[in-house]
Amino acid sequence: MVRKRGGKSDLSGIRKAPTGIDGLDEVTAGGFPAGRPTLLCGHAGCGKTVLAMEFLINGAAKYNEPGLFVSFEEDQSELRANFASFGPNLKDLMRRKRIAIDYIPVERSEIMETGEYDLEGLFVRLAHAVDAIGAKRVALDTIEALFSGFSNAGILRAELRRLFRWLKSKGLTAVVTGERGENTLTRHGLEEYVADCVILLDHLVSDRIATRRLKIVKYRGSTHGTNEFPFLISKDGVSILPVTSLELCHGASTERVSSGVASLDLMFGGKGYYRGSSILVSGSPGSGKTSLAAHFVDAACRRGEKCAFFSFEESPAQVMRNMASVGFDLGKWVDKGLLRMECWRPTAYGLEKHLADIHRTVEAFGPRCVALDPISGFIPVGAPSEVKSMLLRIVDYLKTRFITTLITDLVPASVEEDCYGSGISSIADTWLSVTTKTVRESRERVFSIVKSRGMDHSARIVKLVITNKGVRLEA
Amino acid sequence: MKPKRRKPVSAGQRTAVRRRSTKRWKLRLYVAGPTPRCITALNNLKEICETHLKGTYRIEIIDLLKRPKLAAGDQIVAIPTLVKNLPPPVTKIIGDLSDTEKVLVGLDLRPEG
Repeated sequence: MVRKRGGKSDLSGIRKAPTGIDGLDEVTAGGFPAGRPTLLCGHAGCGKTVLAMEFLINGAAKYNEPGLFVSFEEDQSELRANFASFGPNLKDLMRRKRIAIDYIPVERSEIMETGEYDLEGLFVRLAHAVDAIGAKRVALDTIEALFSGFSNAGILRAELRRLFRWLKSKGLTAVVTGERGENTLTRHGLEEYVADCVILLDHLVSDRIATRRLKIVKYRGSTHGTNEFPFLISKDGVSILPVTSLELCHGASTERVSSGVASLDLMFGGKGYYRGSSILVSGSPGSGKTSLAAHFVDAACRRGEKCAFFSFEESPAQVMRNMASVGFDLGKWVDKGLLRMECWRPTAYGLEKHLADIHRTVEAFGPRCVALDPISGFIPVGAPSEVKSMLLRIVDYLKTRFITTLITDLVPASVEEDCYGSGISSIADTWLSVTTKTVRESRERVFSIVKSRGMDHSARIVKLVITNKGVRLEA
Repeated sequence: MKPKRRKPVSAGQRTAVRRRSTKRWKLRLYVAGPTPRCITALNNLKEICETHLKGTYRIEIIDLLKRPKLAAGDQIVAIPTLVKNLPPPVTKIIGDLSDTEKVLVGLDLRPEG
């Protein structure tokens, strides 16, 4: 398959038009193929139109490439409602003639056919609209409406083929949307004409939680991610999140940060965790996981570092009250602006929304340490593989941002330590386990370091005691 | 009904009104340059009109290659397209108009079927 034009440089050889959409440029290794059509297909309501429009808006606003949006389906008022979320930005771009929207309705009931015809009128209109603003990008949404407008499929197919040739000859980067067919990517087989790049959007609802997903079916001449990526449409537009899991290129620091528990630091040779690493604390209910997280956060704030604490079980007030009872005044750090508490119920939204929210909070606040408590709360939100992949992405993302991350994971009291709830121990650099056992008619917490990559650590099994001054480990 | 009081009109205006009223059929043929298909369509149209609408029609030819802006007005996609503006309702017939019967139905000069 690979022709003799020389290894890898060949793959990245084609020119790309960046989409400017969070994550999409990463999974497409730079954007859509420049000067060529890209097919965007999916069922109704899966986000095709919004994604296509965002591609144009970013092109006009960020890359100096004016864009023409042609709608064959919705009328102008519907379109305006659809694009209301883009707000003044779009209006401004339209006023400055960086974006133009054209509406070409096609209704068979109005048209009678007698004899031979072609779609030259469409070409004339497109050419005129493209020239009027010097468009470099074009979105056709959705060109398949032509099939309902004209009965002669033979003419239509020939004209579509001519249209795609024309778009290429004009050097336009085009996004063509198509409705998903029964057994085909698009109802009328648009994928036959658009051979360069095909992207499939999906909208899955399972357990009443909706998840949008994006998959690159085909991208000729380019590397691309082959997974299904969760994506999100929010008030800030489309984002495909997070994407850093594609690469394993985060740096590794030898700097150490304190766990906040002196006796635990001692077990790590007196120094604590690696900066930028991920720490998993798994344990049975009431074993002191959240307290260890509070230690970690408190120590970071004492060093003057910003921290984000994501709680998926308790409200901020509840977390602070409970932590006050073991000697932490987290409210003080919140007041100083060092600590950000974010509390969500995992089941309130789909996985991709959580991903995006964590991503946004981190981008906006810029913490150096993050605690997620507990990630087991996500288990009911999706299929195990999906949850695991989401957690992987969160951890990978935080790692690339060089953020030290502590994750707690609730495991049932009855199982041994090698069974783990969310199954993500493999991505953690350091894994701490707390279990409880009954000793002389009282419950005792048993602590051990299961693993800690790249550092000396104590193999001892010790007792964990929770006092009103926090956690203490005893031999 | 009482006859409406009209503003006095000039002789020139009056003839204009009368002339328009005699051309009951207002047809517009959209073409894109003098392609064989467009010329066929025009010839077919002229023939039909001369046979069925003699003296009461007017054909306006719009070449979109020269005036591309006009394509949006009548929402033209296919070429050639014949638009009948008057008498109402507005109808569109696309193609080279080679099927005379169909054109007559489209122009409302023959009952359908």
